[in-house]
Amino acid sequence: MDLFEYQAKDLFAAHGVPVLPGRVASSVVEAEAAAAELGGTVVVKAQVKTGGRGKAGGVKLAATPAEAAEKAGAILGMDIKGHAVARVLVTAASEIVEEYYFSFLLDRTSRTFLAMASVEGGVDIEEVAASKPEALAKVPVDPLEGVDAAKAREIVVAAGFPAEVTDAAAAAVVALWDAFVGEDATLVEVNPLVRDGAGAVIALDGKMTLDSNAAFRHPEHAELADTGAADPLEAKARARDLNYVKLDGQVGVIGNGAGLVMSTLDVVAYAGERHGGVTPANFLDIGGGANAQVMADGLDVILGDPDVVAVFVNVFGGITACDQVATGIVQALELLGDAAGKPLVVRLDGNNVAEGRAILAAAAHPLVTMADTMDGGADTAARLAAKGA
Amino acid sequence: MAILVNKDSRVVVQGMTGSEGRRHTQRMLDAGTRIVAGVNPAKAGQTVDFDGASVPVFASVAEAMAATGADVSVVFVPPKAAKGAVIEAIDAGIGLTVIITEGIPVHDTAAFWAHACATGNRTRVVGPNCPGVISPGQSNAGITPADITGLGPIGLVSKSGTLTYQMMYELRDIGFSTCVGIGGDPIVGTTHIDALAAFEADPDTAGIVMIGEIGGDAEERAADYIRDHVAKPVVGYVAGFTAPEGKTMGHAGAIVSGSAGTATAKKDALEAAGVTVGKTPSETADHMRTIINNQR
Ligand SMILES: Nc1ncnc2c1ncn2[C@@H]1O[C@H](COP(=O)(O)OP(=O)(O)OP(=O)(O)O)[C@@H](O)[C@H]1O
Ligand SMILES: [Mg+2]
Repeated sequence: MDLFEYQAKDLFAAHGVPVLPGRVASSVVEAEAAAAELGGTVVVKAQVKTGGRGKAGGVKLAATPAEAAEKAGAILGMDIKGHAVARVLVTAASEIVEEYYFSFLLDRTSRTFLAMASVEGGVDIEEVAASKPEALAKVPVDPLEGVDAAKAREIVVAAGFPAEVTDAAAAAVVALWDAFVGEDATLVEVNPLVRDGAGAVIALDGKMTLDSNAAFRHPEHAELADTGAADPLEAKARARDLNYVKLDGQVGVIGNGAGLVMSTLDVVAYAGERHGGVTPANFLDIGGGANAQVMADGLDVILGDPDVVAVFVNVFGGITACDQVATGIVQALELLGDAAGKPLVVRLDGNNVAEGRAILAAAAHPLVTMADTMDGGADTAARLAAKGA
Repeated sequence: MAILVNKDSRVVVQGMTGSEGRRHTQRMLDAGTRIVAGVNPAKAGQTVDFDGASVPVFASVAEAMAATGADVSVVFVPPKAAKGAVIEAIDAGIGLTVIITEGIPVHDTAAFWAHACATGNRTRVVGPNCPGVISPGQSNAGITPADITGLGPIGLVSKSGTLTYQMMYELRDIGFSTCVGIGGDPIVGTTHIDALAAFEADPDTAGIVMIGEIGGDAEERAADYIRDHVAKPVVGYVAGFTAPEGKTMGHAGAIVSGSAGTATAKKDALEAAGVTVGKTPSETADHMRTIINNQR
């Protein structure tokens, strides 16, 4: 889960990373009040989960509360790279002397953690990495050893931070490591990490990605989920613990296992090339051990999508036996009654396939077509979707 | 002969007494796997009765190894306790540990992987979040359905469980030496490259199917490895050509961010290394079938 800047900074502060005071505002009035409360010059910052907000005009200085209100008015509702701005962070302005870059992340290639640091902060770090790789220090971090004061110094020295900020920067780095581990993050990124006029090192920006597999260690992380932004169908699916992503095509897809479902999306899209250009309407993985109820929940979500014209159910029975899947389909169609007014193509193979096919054959539901193969099922579903669209 | 597991493998199941562990232990036994022990400190000294076998429970992997000669562990321990279980297996010096558990925090996986490296990689780690390793007709260390197909000359390595099953099914007329599900998490022990190296060295494997999916650069690195080190024919498949950028499709590993890690980038890298890449699972299977039939 990616966090907003203000959420990341709250967690930074809890782990001792120096940040400036700030308030979140979702209206002009709230922004003005926040600026008055903070006093002095403030910065009004769009809260969207993407970089490059500054360049897009989503970060503005304001000398007075009235000016903060005006800037918030311009920023709220803005669209930054497809993200609508619903909130701004009003935060104290810093007197910046130098801007640095810093991050901890999971390095999948070397299967360990990595610290990245540069004195060329504040700008697009991908550009620095591409055009001046020597300006970006990359230091592996052993998960068992972690980052203590000495390791933190090694990192900031490798990046060429000026001697007079080494101590303060190393202290911030140790605190960021504490946040990275303590919150089970897969990324913490600060761009810029600044030195101000008083010589203090402060995180002016914050990006953080949390590992959802670690949610059991962090019940409090549930409150950080951005429920407002989710597509209504995605919200409905999430409420039922389904792994669902809304796409923009016409063929609803249900399968078991992320890899097989992704492959099914591809096969449906290829079939669509022969049938009027229809494409998949969603990704829905009912998982390896799904029972009849999960299948029924999944079908309910997909048939509730007004964009869906036909549905392709592609299941390879492993742990989930095909008879359970077939029972789930029959139950779901009974439950939904007239609401299930869309053709369903079902391909079953694997564990208990004969029983599964027999259950569907016995039910003889007028909306259900059986397919012998994955390719054949995708083709039939695409054809039905093209015909009905 | 196969790779990683064979008919002589002696398997200890960590988490055998839980409901998942019990269910899959029965299935592994049904597939002919030699299950010699279970581990659960709270139930040490007891035995668990399965259809066709009675399996003793030990307090630790080390005790199970000492008493039964176990050389492979399969881990069904829930996410909260998985890190401790894997470290226990590594410290016991077992040759192979296969971690089926889904949902392990990546900081925990990073820690046990670092521990495996720090102990000289005595223990080969497969997974986590994987279907395991099956050498059809010999041994099934994991949850792969054992009755899809039998023994044959193809080696298979894949991130995804159900795509593994699909590919086994597509090529059921030919059969497999070993199928290795390496798992889709951001950090996994055994990689595509490790499996490719093992298949290259295995006299019973005549051709290799490699299945990848979007996210990360494991397939690109495997392509480099194939170019330099694999003489046997390799056929590839990559899932996720039509997945939109920036959307997460289930696996923690299956995230596209920018151009690197896209299915197209992976396909191009594999083809440049001489790998034939199929557009769909069935087309991929056809490529491999042709290769095997031409060898016959
Ligand atoms: N509190 C502040 N005081 C003064 N200047 C600030 C403050 N916050 C941000 N800035 C300035 O605005 C620039 C952009 O801000 P910030 O880095 O938060 O946005 P961004 O667009 O998300 O950056 P990125 O592209 O790294 O994601 C900073 O580099 C800094 O120069
Ligand atoms: Mg920034």
